[in-house]
Amino acid sequence: MSRLIDVENLTLQFDTDEGRITAVDNVSFSLEAGEVMGLVGESGSGKSVTAKSLMKLNPRNAIYGPDTKITLHLEDGPVDVMSLQTDAEMKIVRGGSISLIFQEPMASFAPAISIGDQMVEQLMIHTDFSKAQSRELSVEMLDRVGISDPGTRFGQYAFELSGGMRQRAMIAMALSTKPKLLIADEPTTALDVTIQAQVIDLMKDLVTEFGMGIIFITHDLGVIAQTADKVAVMYLGKLVEQGSVRDVIRRPAHPYTRGLLAALPTLDDIDAPLTPIPGDIPSPLERPSGCVYHTRCQEVIGARCSVEAPQFMTVDTNHAAACHIHDANEGAA
Amino acid sequence: MSQPTLISAQGLSVHYALRGGLIGPKPYVGAVENVDIEIAAGSFFGLVGESGSGKTTLGRAMLRAAPISRGDVHFDDGEVSYSLKDLGKQDLKDYRKRAQLIFQDPYAALSPRMTVRDIIAEPLEVMGLTSSRTETDERVREIAAKCRLNVEHLRRFPHAFSGGQRQRISIARALVSGPKFIVADESVAALDVSIQADVLNLLKAIQEDMGLTFLFISHDLSVVAHVCDHVAVMYLGRIVETAPTRTLFSTPRHPYTTALLSAIPSLDPDDRGKVQKLEGEIPSPTNPPPGCKFQTRCPHAIDLCRTQEPSLEHAGTEHRVACHRWQEVGGEAN
Ligand SMILES: Nc1ncnc2c1ncn2[C@@H]1O[C@H](COP(=O)(O)OP(=O)(O)OP(=O)(O)O)[C@@H](O)[C@H]1O
Ligand SMILES: Nc1ncnc2c1ncn2[C@@H]1O[C@H](COP(=O)(O)OP(=O)(O)OP(=O)(O)O)[C@@H](O)[C@H]1O
Ligand SMILES: [Mg+2]
Ligand SMILES: [Mg+2]
Repeated sequence: MSRLIDVENLTLQFDTDEGRITAVDNVSFSLEAGEVMGLVGESGSGKSVTAKSLMKLNPRNAIYGPDTKITLHLEDGPVDVMSLQTDAEMKIVRGGSISLIFQEPMASFAPAISIGDQMVEQLMIHTDFSKAQSRELSVEMLDRVGISDPGTRFGQYAFELSGGMRQRAMIAMALSTKPKLLIADEPTTALDVTIQAQVIDLMKDLVTEFGMGIIFITHDLGVIAQTADKVAVMYLGKLVEQGSVRDVIRRPAHPYTRGLLAALPTLDDIDAPLTPIPGDIPSPLERPSGCVYHTRCQEVIGARCSVEAPQFMTVDTNHAAACHIHDANEGAA
Repeated sequence: MSQPTLISAQGLSVHYALRGGLIGPKPYVGAVENVDIEIAAGSFFGLVGESGSGKTTLGRAMLRAAPISRGDVHFDDGEVSYSLKDLGKQDLKDYRKRAQLIFQDPYAALSPRMTVRDIIAEPLEVMGLTSSRTETDERVREIAAKCRLNVEHLRRFPHAFSGGQRQRISIARALVSGPKFIVADESVAALDVSIQADVLNLLKAIQEDMGLTFLFISHDLSVVAHVCDHVAVMYLGRIVETAPTRTLFSTPRHPYTTALLSAIPSLDPDDRGKVQKLEGEIPSPTNPPPGCKFQTRCPHAIDLCRTQEPSLEHAGTEHRVACHRWQEVGGEAN
């Protein structure tokens, strides 16, 4: 496999009326071609902001940290995303190479242009296809995401489709340019389980077919278990755990990940009580000192947690967590 | 052990007229068709099914908030007994305080310009259920406390709250008039797993504490498995299977139920590719297929299924299924 993207020390703040908010705090990860990474965390943890940062799509009040480095590895060599300034330069990442499926389905389609025209238009901008080829490919993609009668749907407007169909059309559009990296922000949340299974299958096919890399954002750990190779868990802008999907789901190393798993209703034991993580997520304006999770953590090991921010520590091959308990376990080593 | 029925539907249909069609019969959407359902007092009754299957419409019809085209809904809480189809104005007003809806979207449902106290108090004031501000305040504080909102919260505006807190505000608002029957329509769908667990536990606790009856609409079967004692599965406006939760999840009889259960993503990464997929989409309710409505996607369909619509038959104690072939094809879950 070859490296697709390196994200190093991504930090992103927003200037707001109430003060400066840290939405993403020193996040690093990388992705290989053909690899699927799940990004999970509660609402407000910074998943969408992280995703948009990779394409520099955040609004004007966003301030990137000075150490932020994002490198996209394309056939023609590495691209330093942070150094891209003009619209022409940004084209490298915004069309073609990286596709983003937005969390807000309505945001992706203009209301007054038919679904098909929008698909064709963006294909013609980002590829060398003719209009006829673009049309053919668009209809084929609509068909592949499970939209029946794709020829008719092609001519319809976003408001004429049901929520689930709109979301699938969006997925079809994002995939039609055959991007190197697909960022899918909660792409299946509004879908029924039956349709969700179809869409997940399609994405997996495309990974094998085109060696595409996927960053899959969701708070559904079941979806992650069925699609991702590796998982990154975020809390309040921080990455708290990273590892292979098996390790993270079977042997979660961070108390937050354990909390997320415990809160999940599963069919294995329908009598088991649901256990929420106690307390509310702190406001981003009042980020806790030390470990950002210590105010809700069930496994606090003393004053250290509220004073000192834990570093990422390896718990196993390709499995790391930012929690002081692992430091304690390693003893004096 | 068996509780009296609080609310039931008999042959209930909800049709929405469509535009056009000057010649021939008037076209309509059969959002709910010939539904029979019985909800026992004190139960947590789940309603599941794909998008567009008619869950919201059925819930709304039971609140008299959707037009009843055929059949009827009966409500009997021991104090009053109503036939919803022809409910007089006065009775309808009374019914509104006995049956309430918790909205789907905690972000859209709350007016941003009202304080939390005013939002919760509004139903009391609109229905004229309290006679003084002091009495209203007392009711609001009492119900807010049950929903784990404190006096401090009541003074604030909803934008200052997280998703879970907003959902607690919606719940308090629905409960303040002292209803017996609550329709919770996708009440936790927009929430994170952790907040979702918190809100579900709260709903269960309140239900037991206040002796309420819930119709819980959801497309998340794992959630339904955990909180509901009874489940009905809808497909294209019809109930295709209904049973106690444990029975439905262990021995589903309808091929559609089996497909739904097997599509739930497992938490075990080694289960990949084991999902039994349902091909195609739910047909349009304006132009439903003849015979069994599921026949266009059913792997077991035979000629009989294409011509004759199956009716609900008993498949066990409190277990009913509408499938010609349930005895041959009923699946074991997982
Ligand atoms: N344009 C903005 N201006 C100010 N703050 C913002 C802006 N966009 C996001 N934020 C804040 O950044 C934080 C992270 O938001 P983000 O949307 O990335 O969360 P998320 O993990 O995607 O949550 P969800 O699961 O709800 O989609 C939040 O506190 C949010 O309020
Ligand atoms: N006011 C209305 N006018 C016309 N058609 C309607 C109306 N309300 C609902 N429908 C139609 O009735 C059918 C059932 O809709 P309903 O909203 O009850 O489905 P649902 O099961 O709640 O779906 P979802 O899971 O997407 O919320 C759909 O085909 C819908 O388009
Ligand atoms: Mg987001
Ligand atoms: Mg609905």
